[in-house]
Amino acid sequence: MTFPILTIIIFTPLVTGLIILLLPAERKGMIRGTALAGATLALLLSVVTYFSYDTRAGGYQFVEKVPWVPEWGISYHVGVNGLNLPLVLLTGLVMFTGVLISWGIEERTREFFAFLFVLATGVFGAFVSLDLFQLFFFYELAVFPMYLLISLWGWPKMREYAAMKLTLYLFVGSVLALVGALAMYFASGLHTFDMLELQQAGFSSAFQRLWFPVVFLGFAVLGGLFPLHNWSPDGYAAAPTAASMFHAGVLKNLGAFAAFRVAVMLFPEAARFYLPWVVVLALINVIYASLIAMVQTDLKYVIGFSSVSHMGLVMMGFASLSATGILGAGLQMFSHGVMTALFFAVVGMVYDRAHTREIPQLGGFAKKMPLAAVTFTLAGLASMGMPGLSGFVAEFPLLLGVWQRYPLVAILAAIGVVVTAAYILLLIRRVFFGSMPAELEHHVGDITVRDKAAIILLAFILVALGVYPGWMAPLVQSGAAAAMKVLGV
Amino acid sequence: MDFLNAHLLTLILFAPTAVALLVLLLPARQVGVIRWVAFIGSLAPLGLSVFLWFGYRPAEPGFQFQEFVPWYQAIGANYHLGVDGISVPMVLLTTLLTSLAILISFSIRERVRAYMVLFLLLETGLLGVFLSLDLLLFFVFWEAGLVPMYFLINQWGSENRNYASLKFLIYTMGGSLGLLLAIQMIRLVVGSFDLPVLYSQWNLLKGTLFGVPVGTVKILAFWAFVIAFAIKVPIWPFHTWLPDAHAEAPTGGSIILAGVMLKLGAYGFLRLLLPLYPAEAHDFAGVLGGLAVAGIVLGAFASWGQKDFKRLVAYSSVNHMGFVVLGIAAAAWARGSASSGDAVLALNGAVLQMFNHGLSAAGMFLLVGVLYERTHTRQLDDYGGLFALAPLYGGILIFTSMGSLGLPGLGGFISEFLVVRGSWPIFTLYTAIAMVGLLITGAYILKAVQKVLHGPVNPQWQGHSLEIGVREALAISPLMILMLAIGVWPAWILNMINAAVMHLFG
Repeated sequence: MTFPILTIIIFTPLVTGLIILLLPAERKGMIRGTALAGATLALLLSVVTYFSYDTRAGGYQFVEKVPWVPEWGISYHVGVNGLNLPLVLLTGLVMFTGVLISWGIEERTREFFAFLFVLATGVFGAFVSLDLFQLFFFYELAVFPMYLLISLWGWPKMREYAAMKLTLYLFVGSVLALVGALAMYFASGLHTFDMLELQQAGFSSAFQRLWFPVVFLGFAVLGGLFPLHNWSPDGYAAAPTAASMFHAGVLKNLGAFAAFRVAVMLFPEAARFYLPWVVVLALINVIYASLIAMVQTDLKYVIGFSSVSHMGLVMMGFASLSATGILGAGLQMFSHGVMTALFFAVVGMVYDRAHTREIPQLGGFAKKMPLAAVTFTLAGLASMGMPGLSGFVAEFPLLLGVWQRYPLVAILAAIGVVVTAAYILLLIRRVFFGSMPAELEHHVGDITVRDKAAIILLAFILVALGVYPGWMAPLVQSGAAAAMKVLGV
Repeated sequence: MDFLNAHLLTLILFAPTAVALLVLLLPARQVGVIRWVAFIGSLAPLGLSVFLWFGYRPAEPGFQFQEFVPWYQAIGANYHLGVDGISVPMVLLTTLLTSLAILISFSIRERVRAYMVLFLLLETGLLGVFLSLDLLLFFVFWEAGLVPMYFLINQWGSENRNYASLKFLIYTMGGSLGLLLAIQMIRLVVGSFDLPVLYSQWNLLKGTLFGVPVGTVKILAFWAFVIAFAIKVPIWPFHTWLPDAHAEAPTGGSIILAGVMLKLGAYGFLRLLLPLYPAEAHDFAGVLGGLAVAGIVLGAFASWGQKDFKRLVAYSSVNHMGFVVLGIAAAAWARGSASSGDAVLALNGAVLQMFNHGLSAAGMFLLVGVLYERTHTRQLDDYGGLFALAPLYGGILIFTSMGSLGLPGLGGFISEFLVVRGSWPIFTLYTAIAMVGLLITGAYILKAVQKVLHGPVNPQWQGHSLEIGVREALAISPLMILMLAIGVWPAWILNMINAAVMHLFG
């Protein structure tokens, strides 16, 4: 038996969370130290997994399969390939940086980290699941702690509303998808929830067309597909910083990934039938959300809508059903995750110092926290697809894939990129440059060393992927090629 | 030595980045050290490009000093560099003007480190465009150069900088969208980004693409390229970002904007548009030529009408770059026909005009900056009679203005003459109108000289020391020497340009 590295990655956060719960609540230093140790371990293990994956061999690697509920054909089955491995690395990164920037949480520190870590286990588990039942198990495990994180540590003005809205949306979505999964289980006659086996089930065309929309939209809620994206800007606005980073940076990708992994790959025939409509919805995401971002005055809402807009590109890439489009979508998920985490981290730092997120009341932060300004600018440039940063590396093949089938959509989507440039640059100028309002001048100071470490790490990855895509693109390409084979296009 | 020859272009390209990283490590308070490290560091790419100039063999066809490394293999883009006789002068111009602009930027006092870092990164972005032989790499550098320039204008510009910088960025990015989409389309159709491959294959396409005849697709792609480049050049009526950006940028930024950045657009015409779309360029050469002439005449009139010295110089770029486009349009029209000899002449003129305008526009912006730093006004009416107060400055200003005006004996004359001589048999009417534009060029330059230097001394400036400093005089002297050198004996540079033009378009 090989070393079960994926299992260790999945359960490291959970175990750390449980240890943290056992610690005395007033020993905050020890709690934080334990959290950091757990997060570091998970990050290191995901880095090791990432770089020991053999791209040339391809396929699912580090596979573990153990019967779980054999009577129902449920097993614990995990494995990584070119599409989900970058997301594992992303989760490790966001978890690690999330702990660093949450250092200052004083209120119920112990419970905060414990919930955050349960969430991380859910996300890791969902990304590497090859069993449908297990996927749902971890998926729900990820959604529930978010409710608590928002409603307990969120922004007092709207946390209850936002937490409820977010949770209801996501639960309804996942219930729909679960019903679809059960339908698959019974229809396949294979008595298994194993996705690799269900891939071969050969569902009838009528069955696929009936259930595809249910399963796809169920997951797409979490991906923020128009018009089901409504929960997300409210949710982010209310969530504490680390939760926003996790939710926008990682969970949304989980939605898009699951929609692709389950609905598209198990119902390829229906996917070909419905996906042109998904492309249209995703296009609305890209353009409509970026236009809305343009008129927001709350910093977090701008970033929230910007994230919705970028997820539109991810969905569009998947829905293009072309190898380059899927390659682009895979890279965009990673790039969007890192970029959004960085955005929310810096927004949190600004908010902690200014106690407001209204853009007109901010200004001049570059003088007080230059590093935050520089890294935020890098994330902004990445989000507008500037060459040299990860956004370009992702969006170029993505649009290339869309071009092959829907030239007009590619052209319209590219316009969304220019709108992004406009609002991001205006935002950077208004928040970081200009003069700082007098009432902020005396109490705004620079960020801590831990904050700096977190945002430097994230910014470094944006640049590293942008300058040299060779450390990720071939991997994602191999995953995209495998997906194309399953889809039979 | 072998290493140097094998990696010369990479060294030139990334030397500024390396210096930028070095500057970034210096303590922000050591302003003097930062300035000198940036300046001396910027001499490295300049020295290397002089080495390139002498190492380049004009007589041999094709691209030289090529480097090829896989970069983004998943979509087939490579790090492919190479130079020919069109890009070598542009590389030299870029590295020279960057060093001079850094020298002139010693007067920047706020956040010197950030300024110098951005400036050096800008240089890498600009050089990358001239060195790339891969379409995607070209686009990467094309876009990447915008960012440092945006921040240079936005952070160190004058009052209206917010408006000007955003307009500059959105205008150019918007213009590049079509280019991006067209590049993607070419990639889908040909399956490669490599320019030598595209040169040979893109024109062989026949039949239909995306259910549309190839000809129609190519015309659309052609215009996507034209718009992107036309905004950068800028060709009338895509020039409206230019007066704002140039006028609001800090002096160093204006020097690079006018001296190098505008050349990117013209270079795009030469490197991509003419080779990739010969038929479409021929069909639409009349339109391009007409726009060029409109730019020459209207740019001159607009320049004449300015009250602000810097805006006057800014509009003069529209006027001068019009000649570059006129030469290119004439060549596009006549290529392969009986008058292809004239086409080659016009193209030689266009390339040389790019170089010459780089020298004269950089010089003019430098001089405007010198004056502004001492008087804190750019209104022509606030000056007057300054010759008496600053005789050396006056002499330099007259010399540089004459270079810009196209006085025989200085570089501008040679290139404008070549363009006009080459275009005359091809576009007689256009050329005749452009000559009228030249008259107005004379008028606005003389107006500026007269308003600044002559007339009664404005009493406001009595007792002020307005004379140009040693550092500033040193910064402009290479420009003046080159203007004179090209004006008196143009063969040293035309040999190189002509060989490349003959190989590509002869």
